Amino acid sequence: MTHTGEGQAHPLDAPRFAGPVVQCQNLSVRYGKNLALKDVTAVFPAGAVGLLGPNGAGKSTLLKSLLGFIVPEKGTMKVIDMDVATSPLEIRERIGYMPESDSHIPGMNAVSFVAYCAQLSGLPATDAMQRAHEVLYYVGLGEARYRNIETYSTGMKQRIKLAQAIVHDPDLLFLDEPTNGMDPKGRDEMLELIHDLAHNKNVNLILSSHLLPDVEFTCDHVVVMDKGTVATYGPIKALKGTTGRVYEMRIKGDEAQFISVLRGEGFDVKDSDEDVMRVFVPGAAGDNPKVLFELAARERVQVRHVRPSVPTLEDVFARAVGEK
Amino acid sequence: MPIHDQGYRRYGGTRAGIGRSWQVMTRAGVMSIISKRQFLALMLFAWAPFVVRAVQIYVSATFQQASFLAPKGDTFREFLDQQGAFVFFVTIYVGAGLIANDRRANALQLYLSKPMTSAEYIAGKLAILFLFLVSVTFLPAMMLLLTQAIFAGSLTFVRNNLYLLPAITLFSLAQVLLASTTMLALSSLSKSSRFVAVMYAGLFFFTTALFNALRGITGKTSFAWLSPTAALEQLGDVIFRLPPRYQVPPSIAGLTVLVLIAASIYVLSRRVRGVEIVT
Repeated sequence: MTHTGEGQAHPLDAPRFAGPVVQCQNLSVRYGKNLALKDVTAVFPAGAVGLLGPNGAGKSTLLKSLLGFIVPEKGTMKVIDMDVATSPLEIRERIGYMPESDSHIPGMNAVSFVAYCAQLSGLPATDAMQRAHEVLYYVGLGEARYRNIETYSTGMKQRIKLAQAIVHDPDLLFLDEPTNGMDPKGRDEMLELIHDLAHNKNVNLILSSHLLPDVEFTCDHVVVMDKGTVATYGPIKALKGTTGRVYEMRIKGDEAQFISVLRGEGFDVKDSDEDVMRVFVPGAAGDNPKVLFELAARERVQVRHVRPSVPTLEDVFARAVGEK
Repeated sequence: MPIHDQGYRRYGGTRAGIGRSWQVMTRAGVMSIISKRQFLALMLFAWAPFVVRAVQIYVSATFQQASFLAPKGDTFREFLDQQGAFVFFVTIYVGAGLIANDRRANALQLYLSKPMTSAEYIAGKLAILFLFLVSVTFLPAMMLLLTQAIFAGSLTFVRNNLYLLPAITLFSLAQVLLASTTMLALSSLSKSSRFVAVMYAGLFFFTTALFNALRGITGKTSFAWLSPTAALEQLGDVIFRLPPRYQVPPSIAGLTVLVLIAASIYVLSRRVRGVEIVT
C-alpha cells in the first residue's frame, strides 16, 4: 500500500463513469404482503438524477435495493454497469450513501468518524485522515471537526453524513432525503453543496426526495415514482417542455363543475388554495388559451385571469402521477 | 468565497482490496477500548492471578522447602477456571455495546454501505472481543507455562506435560468463543448496552441457578448441560485429562457449547442487516 500525496490527486474534471449509472429491469420488492416496488424498469443516466415521489412511493426501497440491503423478489439491477446480485462489494466500493435517518458511529469525533469511513472504503490511514479534514471543510464543518458527533445539531448531522459519503471520492452518490430536518438556511447550503458536487465536481448522484424544489435545483434528470412504480422519467427540461402549456387561471362561477369539464376535455388541472387553478393544455392547442375561453363561455363561467405559466417540476410530477 | 470551494479533490491514491474492512473495524475497536482507564484497571486485575501463580512457581523452583507449591498439570486448569470470572467481566465491559451501540446510532447501514459484508462486520466485532478475551485466558496461561520453564531452568515439566499446549489452546478457545459469540448475539438484539449486559449476566446466572436447583432436587448432576458454565467446566475437565466433575457425558457438554455458539451465529446473521424490515 502506498501513500498518495496531494500531487497525485485526479483533476476534478477527470472523467468518471459516463454510461447509465443505474439500470433496473422488472424490479419487484416485497415486504411481507406489501409490494413496495412493482415491476420497476428505469435507467438513471450519468449526472444528477432526482428520484422524486411522495412518501411511501418506494424511493428509499429502490436505493436500499441498489445497495444490496434488500433482495428483490424478481428483476435485475445494475449499478455502474455491475450486477447488484453478483458484485455488491465492488459496487459499494465505488458509491457513497447518505442515509435518510440519523446515522453515525458512536463515540467518535467528526474527523475520526469520517477518516474511519474512508478507511472502511479502502483508503490508507494517512490518506483517509487527510481527506477527512478536506471534506469536513468542504461541507462546512471545519471548525467543528473535533467535536463529538453526538453533540451536533440536526443540520450538522446531515452535513457529516454527506462528508462520510464523499470522503472516498465515489463515482456515484446516493442521497436519501438530504435536507430532512434542516432549517431554510441550512437547506439552501446543503442544496448548494449537492449542486456543486454534481455540476462542478463531476460526481454522479441520485437524489431521493419528496421535495420538488430540491430536485429541481440540483438535478438535470428526474425519475418520478408513485406507489412503487415509475410514473415518468427523463431530463427535467424535456419533461417541463413537453408540447402543451400550463396556464394559471381564475374564474367566477362553479369552479368544481368547470374543473370537471376541463378534465373531461383531457386537461390536467391542479387547484391551488388561492382560487387559482393551473391548467395544462396538451398539444399544439396549448399555444393559445382560446380553447379555455371557449370552454368558459360554453359553461357560462367568467374568466377573471389567464396567464401562461412556466411549467414547473410540480406540473411534471402532478401530470405523471395524475396520468396513472 | 463559499466554504465549499475550499476543498474537494478527486482521490487518485491506492485503495485496499475488498475484504479488509473488518481489520479496520477491529483496530479502531481495540484502540477505543484500551484508551479507557477503567478497562486498563480491569486488565490489571485480570493479570493479578498470573502474578500470584508466577510467584508461586518462582518460590517452588527456588526454595526446596516450598517444592509442594510446584505446578502440576491441573494447576493450569485451575488457573483458567479462575480466569473465568475475568472472562465474564471483560465480556460485559467490551462486548455489551459492540453491536447495541451501532444499532442505537443506526450505524449498521453506514457500515454495510461500505465494501463490507455482514459476515465481515461480525468478524470485525468478534475479533475485538476475541483479542481481549484471549489476553486474559490463553495468553497468561501460556506465559505461565513459559515462566515455569524459565524459573525451573529446563523444559522437563513442559516435555512431561506436553498435552498442556493443546489443552490450554483448546479450552481457552472454547471459553473465548462461547463468551464472545453469545455476547455478540445478545448485543445484536438490543439498542441498549446496559440491557445487553443484564441479559448476558441473567443468562449465565439463571442457567447456573437452574442447574443447581435441579441438582439439589434430584441429587444428580446430569443436568449440567443446562448451564453453559457447567458444560464448559465439564469440557475443560476432559480436555485437561481430569476426572469429569459432573455426571453428564462430555459429548453432551461439548454439544451444549457448540449449539450455543451456532445459535449465536444464527442470531447474528439474522440481526446484522443494512435495513430493518418490519412487516
